[in-house]
Amino acid sequence: MTPAAPTAPADDQRTIYERSQPGRRAFVAPALDVPARPLDELLPARLRRSAPARLPEVSEPELVRHYHRLSKRNFDLDTGFYPLGSCTMKHNPKLHERVAALPGNARLHPLQDERRAQGALELMWNLQEALGEIAGLPHVSLQPSAGSHGELAGVLLTRAYHEDRGEHRTKVLTPDTAHGTNPATVTMAGYEVVKVGTNADGGVDVDDLRAKADEQVACLMLTNPSTLGLFDPNIAEIAEIVHGVGATLYYDGANLNAIMGITRPGDMGFDIVHFNLHKSFTQPHGGGGPGAGPIAVSERIEPYLPRPQVIRREDDEGAAFLLDEERPKSIGKLRGFQGNYGVFVRSYAYIRSLGAEGLREASEVAVLNANYLLALLKRAGVAEYLPVAYDRLCMHEFVLSGAPMKRELGIRTLDLAKRLLDFGVHPPTVYFPLLVDEALLIEPTETETKETLERFAEIVAAILREAAEDPEIARNAPYSTPVRRLDEARAAKQPVIRQPL
Amino acid sequence: MSTYTSATDADRRAMLDAIGVASVEELFADVPAALRLGRPLALPAGMAEQEVYEHLKELAGRNVSCEDEISFLGAGMYDHYVPSLIDTLTSRSEFLTPYTPYQPEISQGGLQVMFEYQTAISELTGLPVSNASVYEGPSAVGAAAYLAKLTNGRPRVLASRGVHPHSRETLTTLARGYGQTVEEVPLRDGATDLEALTAALSDDVSAVVLQQPNFLGAVEDVAALTAAAKAVGAIVICACDPIPLGVLEPPGAQGVDIAVGEGQTLGNRLDFGGPSFGFFAAAQEHIRKLPGRIAGETVDVDGKRGFVLTLQTREQHIRREKATSNICTAQALNALAGVVYLGWLGRQGLVELGELLLQRTAYAREALCAIEGVEPLHEQPVVREFALRLPGVDVDAVVERLAAEGINAGYRLGRTYPEHADGLLVALTERRTRAQIDRFAEALAGALAAERGAAPAGVGA
Amino acid sequence: MADASYPDGLLYHPEHDWAQIDGETATFGITWFAQDALGEVVFFDPPQVGVQVTQGESYAEVESVKAVSDVIAPLSGEIVEVNADLADAPERINDDPYGEGWMVKVKLADAGEQQGLMDAAAYQAQLG
Repeated sequence: MTPAAPTAPADDQRTIYERSQPGRRAFVAPALDVPARPLDELLPARLRRSAPARLPEVSEPELVRHYHRLSKRNFDLDTGFYPLGSCTMKHNPKLHERVAALPGNARLHPLQDERRAQGALELMWNLQEALGEIAGLPHVSLQPSAGSHGELAGVLLTRAYHEDRGEHRTKVLTPDTAHGTNPATVTMAGYEVVKVGTNADGGVDVDDLRAKADEQVACLMLTNPSTLGLFDPNIAEIAEIVHGVGATLYYDGANLNAIMGITRPGDMGFDIVHFNLHKSFTQPHGGGGPGAGPIAVSERIEPYLPRPQVIRREDDEGAAFLLDEERPKSIGKLRGFQGNYGVFVRSYAYIRSLGAEGLREASEVAVLNANYLLALLKRAGVAEYLPVAYDRLCMHEFVLSGAPMKRELGIRTLDLAKRLLDFGVHPPTVYFPLLVDEALLIEPTETETKETLERFAEIVAAILREAAEDPEIARNAPYSTPVRRLDEARAAKQPVIRQPL
Repeated sequence: MSTYTSATDADRRAMLDAIGVASVEELFADVPAALRLGRPLALPAGMAEQEVYEHLKELAGRNVSCEDEISFLGAGMYDHYVPSLIDTLTSRSEFLTPYTPYQPEISQGGLQVMFEYQTAISELTGLPVSNASVYEGPSAVGAAAYLAKLTNGRPRVLASRGVHPHSRETLTTLARGYGQTVEEVPLRDGATDLEALTAALSDDVSAVVLQQPNFLGAVEDVAALTAAAKAVGAIVICACDPIPLGVLEPPGAQGVDIAVGEGQTLGNRLDFGGPSFGFFAAAQEHIRKLPGRIAGETVDVDGKRGFVLTLQTREQHIRREKATSNICTAQALNALAGVVYLGWLGRQGLVELGELLLQRTAYAREALCAIEGVEPLHEQPVVREFALRLPGVDVDAVVERLAAEGINAGYRLGRTYPEHADGLLVALTERRTRAQIDRFAEALAGALAAERGAAPAGVGA
Repeated sequence: MADASYPDGLLYHPEHDWAQIDGETATFGITWFAQDALGEVVFFDPPQVGVQVTQGESYAEVESVKAVSDVIAPLSGEIVEVNADLADAPERINDDPYGEGWMVKVKLADAGEQQGLMDAAAYQAQLG
């Protein structure tokens, strides 16, 4: 069946290119205040553009109205509950936008002389110190741009560490519950992925790990708590096995929000940790970035950290902060300049707002909220359709299985997710982790109220009751959103990824 | 202390009762006692919002930003004016606070922005397909080389010495992981040496990496370099500064396979280096190997136009170890600023901005080279940045003298190009007026004279 | 989408692939079960003509919106033809998996390999 092709789009569906009219403009160029010279003298004609890029021609009011309207076709965290598992959709404090926008931050050039960027370097150094303390590891590089970039840094550090010792290892272990970024990163870093199984409690299958850990293994990449929201109590044994074969232990910090100030990856035996500053440390997600993915490492990994490192040097005139490019064993650069400084400002402001006590409280309440929501969803009317995948106390998130719901009520996890949209709630992460059939991964975060959690549980129960009456309602949901279910197959078969002009 | 939480003591009691435990402590029973921190984190105590603001303001106040001096510093990021409407739009919570658009029905705004952005990048570069952005410029170069490796599996990458040092170094770091070697192609009179490139090319070259304009500001003959590279079947990657593309032939029209670049100049702040965005556009044949997110147009069940993330099977959450890249987070908010900026400039504005830069840059190059003791480092055409030589003086000392007068003279090339220890790279944006250029020229002349008076010629060269 | 069917006269590989033998060549495709598990097919990435394929190993990829799957060769040989129509109409793999949804034709390397494949009844028994 081929759906009808869109003809003239309604006004609210038009793109900026469809609002363009020849001759309209927003920009006015500053006056030419130098003697005008013929263009041919400045740039030979063969190097010049012959036809302008067909950018839209619109006035400022049209431009503002267009994007303002588009914004209203988004759901956002400031509007409603967003329990998207493993994404830590906690409140983004508004102070952070103000301090990031201070001209001393926003208009600071990345190549400004270090002597004239001491405030920025001190901020970065302070953030490095704080993240190191939270991770329980002594050295931090702020450079990676996102979690996946931090992972790549971590695996490249592992490679550099082994090669420096004259060892050429070929494999990296990842649990079968891992985020897809883990195996993708392993391949990019030139290693082979070997999967480790999960035990009945949702932790690493230690026997399987022992069987697969050999001298060819460079690293084990792990998240603890895992993507199932469970803390693996065998972590000390796991670390012993991994270190026993000379491999490194890598911590995917996606789930750090559960443990700040309670336990530390470094104390668990991890060598390399990445942080997602856009998760635990409140950088707004921006509709899919920017983020930042700093890494913390142990002494033995430190020589290989990316260039440059922010260092503090004490002399007669006091402390000075420098960018150290002289790192002979460094893996090099992972990107330009020093990293996503604007993100550092926000995360640093967050850490200074909360302090030690506040960070611990944030993790405690994150875990309390998750367990409370789990308790509410374990009640009759929900639990028989959406049982918890691993029936234990959870950490900051938990996994339900929609398999009985699909069997008994004839609606899938996807249908439940789409029906939630009609209630003004963002659905949880769905179909992840892959290990759980019809999975829903729910992470409420610490910044939600008890009442919000209760309302969410009520909505889920109401949707299940409704489905028992008439499953078609959920199957065809949503109804109240700017568009309804979209034909993703059509988009993939004949990709239209730019406006034809 | 702010925590942004709302659990009162009464809430906690009720919640713990419902869970069936006596204390919050019990919720962490799975964490072995030996692994508990058992002490507060050694961090300063939390502060009230007012106090945090004062602290951050004090730190920011110790930076000398482009707000505080007349800056001719570029070398990859530039002090363009960011129009007010960008602040207004990017600070809307509907753009600022959502996650990646996994639920398209409630993410049409963000998805349509991506679609419009992809269109703008495609127009700018003259290439048919663009993704929804990657992290930033230099890592985009690395991502492009990885695409080349996935496509042809060849072992060597050739990068012009005119490519930004950060891009070359990032490329080398990443290539070591996926098993390619990176070799440098030298410059001749400031531009990539075509003869040296031709000599280095063979059928084991996976990709050739160029930059337009190059790091020394020179406009490269991309078409000629590309033709040479393609003769041996190499993939041509060109890192472009997007602003000069208003006046320069787009890479797609010159045969380039993949155009990438740093997007900061498109409506993003300097932010001491990030966050910004990287753009990534390619020839049609590479569509299924692009890294990162891509938005596509489709219809909903009622036949209404809509947008979704598409071609997702490329990505890590589906293809896992066989993914075309590990990139997960893009730079959606920064790309939004980019597309709004391009809409603000508009079809004519991008050209006018480019022409203004050409004129003022030519004026500045001439004015500075007229000073005794200043020579052009090369004679190539330039758009917005050019390289000078200050033979016989300590460039560092000259730059310091100008800084004392509130002028940032530019980038000392000796920091990354030892062969140009006396080099200075000077950048312009539309914010730098003729009056500022004149003041710079006067101050530079003064500084040079003072340096020559202060030290015998040859010192520091 | 057609109803479940497993025609007689084809040979089946346990990884849900079929082969139709025609003298020294065979036509390969995926079974009804495989296309149903995958959902609506949006892309078929074919091998090149002339490539050698090995029984039990992947020779192509087939994609739905949110899944990608290796296509396993039921027999070894050299690719002599690929179904070019699938480039524009990959949905044929769903609509007619044993007819218009065929994927490649292969010049067989080892007639003995056919012994290891199943008939329709045995394959259906494996599906349970």
